[in-house]
Amino acid sequence: MARNKEALILLIDVGPSMHKLLPEVEKICSMLVQKKACLFIYPQFLIFGKYDEVGVVLFATDDTDNELTTEVGGYEHVVVLRNCKVVDGDIIEALQSLPRGAAPVLDAIVVGMDMMIKKFGQTSKGKKRLCLITDAKSPIKDPYEGTKEDQVDTIAAQMNAHGMKLESIIVRGRSSGDAAKGFMEENDSLLVHFSKKASAKTVYVESPTSLLGAIRTRNISAVTTFRGDLELSPKMKVKVWVYKKTAEEKFPTLKKYSDKAPPTDKFATHEIKVDYEYKGVEDPTKVIPPEQRIKGYRYGPQVVPISSDEWDAVKFKPEKSVKLLGFTDASNIMRHYYMKDVSIFIAEPGNAKATVAVSALVRAMAEMNKVAILRCVWRQGQASVVVGALTPNPSNVENIPDSFYFNVLPFAEDVREFQFPSFSNLPLSMQPNEKQQEAADNLVMMLDLAPPGKEEILRPEFTPNPVLERFYRVLEIKSKKPDAEVPPLDTTLKRITEPDPELLSQNMQVIDVFSKQFELKENPKIKKSARRLLNEKPSGSHKDELDGVVDAVGHQAVLSLKNKSSQMVDKVGSETPIEDFEAMMTRKGRADWVDKAIKDMKNLIFDLVENSYEGNTYQKAVDCLVALRKGCILEQEPKQFNDFLRHLCKFCSEKYLSSFCNFLASKQMRLISDTESSDSDVTDEEAGSFLVKTEPGV
Amino acid sequence: MDIDPDDLFRDDDEDQDNEYYQDSNYGREMVVYLVDASPKMFNSVTVSADQKEETHFHTAVSCISQSLRTQIINRANDEVAICFYNTKEKKNLQDLSGVYVYNVAEREDLDRPTARLVKEFACIEDTFMKEIGSQYGIISGSRENSLYNAIWVAQGLLRKGSAKTIDKRMLLFTDEDDPFGRITGATQKDMIRTTLQRAKDTQDLGISIELLPLSRQDEEFNISLFYAELIGLEGDALAQFIPSAGEKLEDMKDQLRKRMFKKRRIKRITLSIAGGISIEVNTYALIRPTVPGAITWLNSVTNEPLKTERSFICADTGALVEEPAKRFQPYKSENIKFSTDELAEIKRVSTGHLRLLGFKPLSCLKDYHNLRPSTFLFPSDEEIIGSTSTFIALHRSMLRLGRCATAFHGSSSHPQLVALVAQEEITSPSGQVEPPGMHMIYLPYSDDIRNIEEARRQ
Repeated sequence: MARNKEALILLIDVGPSMHKLLPEVEKICSMLVQKKACLFIYPQFLIFGKYDEVGVVLFATDDTDNELTTEVGGYEHVVVLRNCKVVDGDIIEALQSLPRGAAPVLDAIVVGMDMMIKKFGQTSKGKKRLCLITDAKSPIKDPYEGTKEDQVDTIAAQMNAHGMKLESIIVRGRSSGDAAKGFMEENDSLLVHFSKKASAKTVYVESPTSLLGAIRTRNISAVTTFRGDLELSPKMKVKVWVYKKTAEEKFPTLKKYSDKAPPTDKFATHEIKVDYEYKGVEDPTKVIPPEQRIKGYRYGPQVVPISSDEWDAVKFKPEKSVKLLGFTDASNIMRHYYMKDVSIFIAEPGNAKATVAVSALVRAMAEMNKVAILRCVWRQGQASVVVGALTPNPSNVENIPDSFYFNVLPFAEDVREFQFPSFSNLPLSMQPNEKQQEAADNLVMMLDLAPPGKEEILRPEFTPNPVLERFYRVLEIKSKKPDAEVPPLDTTLKRITEPDPELLSQNMQVIDVFSKQFELKENPKIKKSARRLLNEKPSGSHKDELDGVVDAVGHQAVLSLKNKSSQMVDKVGSETPIEDFEAMMTRKGRADWVDKAIKDMKNLIFDLVENSYEGNTYQKAVDCLVALRKGCILEQEPKQFNDFLRHLCKFCSEKYLSSFCNFLASKQMRLISDTESSDSDVTDEEAGSFLVKTEPGV
Repeated sequence: MDIDPDDLFRDDDEDQDNEYYQDSNYGREMVVYLVDASPKMFNSVTVSADQKEETHFHTAVSCISQSLRTQIINRANDEVAICFYNTKEKKNLQDLSGVYVYNVAEREDLDRPTARLVKEFACIEDTFMKEIGSQYGIISGSRENSLYNAIWVAQGLLRKGSAKTIDKRMLLFTDEDDPFGRITGATQKDMIRTTLQRAKDTQDLGISIELLPLSRQDEEFNISLFYAELIGLEGDALAQFIPSAGEKLEDMKDQLRKRMFKKRRIKRITLSIAGGISIEVNTYALIRPTVPGAITWLNSVTNEPLKTERSFICADTGALVEEPAKRFQPYKSENIKFSTDELAEIKRVSTGHLRLLGFKPLSCLKDYHNLRPSTFLFPSDEEIIGSTSTFIALHRSMLRLGRCATAFHGSSSHPQLVALVAQEEITSPSGQVEPPGMHMIYLPYSDDIRNIEEARRQ
């Protein structure tokens, strides 16, 4: 087995007490396996992840089906659902319908271990992981010889010899406290015993959401960012290794799809290459080769060219080092100064002196409530220096050594010192009264996500990324049905994005009091923010507004829109031109889109008028004009509209379409006057009389 | 050691979420610096703390000089004008006496800062007395009103562009809290009245007038003598106005520097709390990594700017294609296709802007629960009245009970679970150090956290 390959065996408890949890387990396990299949989404895993192997062992089943029982007897009620092999579609389906039954945790571990040994033998270097999912409520039968603890020791020794790891996820509902308590305690203590003897970890989860988060799909083999001396002084150095503690798992970048290859071409890649060409502004036909390009940096209206040679000459080239600058009280470092993902410092593995030194520092800093400030250059040749805070992380587990966390702090240039009014200086009307404060106190107390004695809800360690999970699910759905729609967000994932209804209903009264205490109302004087409303407030009144088209003309009406669509629309189509237009006008990075929206709308209106048959498209054209007019007022582009309207009317009277001008006049279409938009050069009077003047033919 | 290629080739600074790192609500700004150049500004101020002698005039121009240097890099599209008043010479379009609009070659009076402006203005003090000169502009027996003239000239400079899209400001540097103190009687009353009216008219045009008072140790700048009315401070706002403490010159410079920058919010968002209560908060990027500005490619032979053209080529047929609307992902030996709409739909996991989910003790927020720089929240009553008092009540409760909030920030590009940490105001002699409000801290998910400690157990 290759070094980076991972073999994972899922040991799933399907006993009676687990039955009501199994639908969730099925869903989650199939997702887990599927996620492993997805790993080659990330190109860097193309080589490894594809070959990861997964096996499934069920226990507490009615049936028995495993090699050990045929070979040596015993090991009843354990079924090998699937031998360890490369992940494929079948396993996902198999996991989606697990059988129900009534067994012994340890037997399952042994069967799983046996599978691993048989498959990979003694020598294999790859990662081997057993993942046990159980509620640990079933009794454990006594072994034929020795105590249960002895049995655990034997198994643990075997696991260590073969480099296997065990992860146990114990699922406990929020209400536990039934007859199984005795068994539970015994199981728990055996698993604790396991973690002392072998590389085993036990986590307890209460909700399906945290079960999903707790199953680690990807055991990243970490790479160090730095190995070397932590220099406390020029003479005192401690050997440390630095790893990333957090690193964001990004949404995958999908490839662009080309449908140009003929359908018969079995080997088509369907990929699209993106090519960049640089051309001079003066002569757009000439392509400038890369060696004739130079980087220019803006300095005010000027651009300063700086070649890469010049950059090299002035580049800051610090030596690789991690130096202590000093210690300070923890309270001097604000939590919100942390700039990036986090690193962890551990003592060099196997170096007893370093381990003791790190541990001594960690303990002293924790005791005195201090943090250390470090200056770090992780790699030779790295152009940047980071300064950050090293905080102690004393370990409370026997065989895990103490370590430090490291957070990057901002430089002076990175901080903007905006001034804000003190709350106490704000007028009394903006200050909460005593009753309001009491209601807020109660809310902050009662809407509790970390109630004592229970699992902390939405603990980052156990909270899956809802966007990625959803993507994996849609991927699986689409692999079966390519044109399937994106289903609504799963309830397990909704627990992350929305408040828990159960928590809300438990605190109904507190919330009621709170919402009665604080009366919020819309500011009636929201003239100024018309632009912003256009951006953010979706409302359903769009249709009504259009019915009142004539009234709306001349008013600086607030545009409403379907916010939903604003992300995707990139041209004004003829089906729903007004919605498209409004969506584009409010799209992010708007400047370009606004221009395009106005241009598209103009073209469309022209088409409508030109292609009309006895005026059948006039009403639609006027509706579009009204929308364009509103948009131009809000975007301070009155000239665009006025010029267009003039041009349109001129065009119509020349092309025997003056009936459209009359129609416009009957709808009281006006130019945008300077009272509506200060950039307009049309007076109120001109705006109103414009169409009257252009109707000489009537 | 196992190699994780993900980490190996990751550069520390690449791949930053664009929307997040840029000020998306970047509005243009036009500023006129109005600097009092009366002889009083040239009296040296002894600063007891460091025994240095400096003039208020020096303080004002060095602050401006410093801000020009920052501005030319960070906000090069903002326009700026520098205008002295109480001068011997006059130079302005209206030809009013006592007002001198400073400028350099190849630049309009109100324009983007240029390298030449930065360079020449840095030495203004060497040439000021010879070329521009200082004299009191409001004296008895004269009908001249240099302050009135200065505001009038500045307003003239700010005439271009619409006040709806551009932020227009006048920043007034002076150490004279009673500009009409030298005259008496009807003339004084008359001048005060017309100057106030001038200021009001200016503000009605959407131009804000901000005062940067310079005070000395023996006499504090008394804002209520005249300027409170000029800049329109009343009641609570007046109490809020903290005059620059003159104790340390550095502190005063610090404060001037802070005040010269206008707060820019990233976005206004809705924080929905519970039971149908939603309040309005503004978000600010107080901490973001500063990066060298965007580059423009040039032709190295002619120094002419280059245009980038992107073309899409089908890898199978070599045909030139339009940018396609479909993306695909290989999965189980198939290509699964997604439209851009579908991908956007997958990312849309929440409708609200910022949804409160509940509260936890501060100790639940660990040192390693961090991914990116935080974002600052401050309440606003602009659209929803009552937002501020609701925010303050929660803020106080969270501080008092030592708790932070967990919320979901449903932005369309990067929805994320966040912690909201209440920040108490911290002040020092040089002013506010930490503003009151809440910091939004972006939390990692389970897949983002690595268990190095356990993997390295002994």
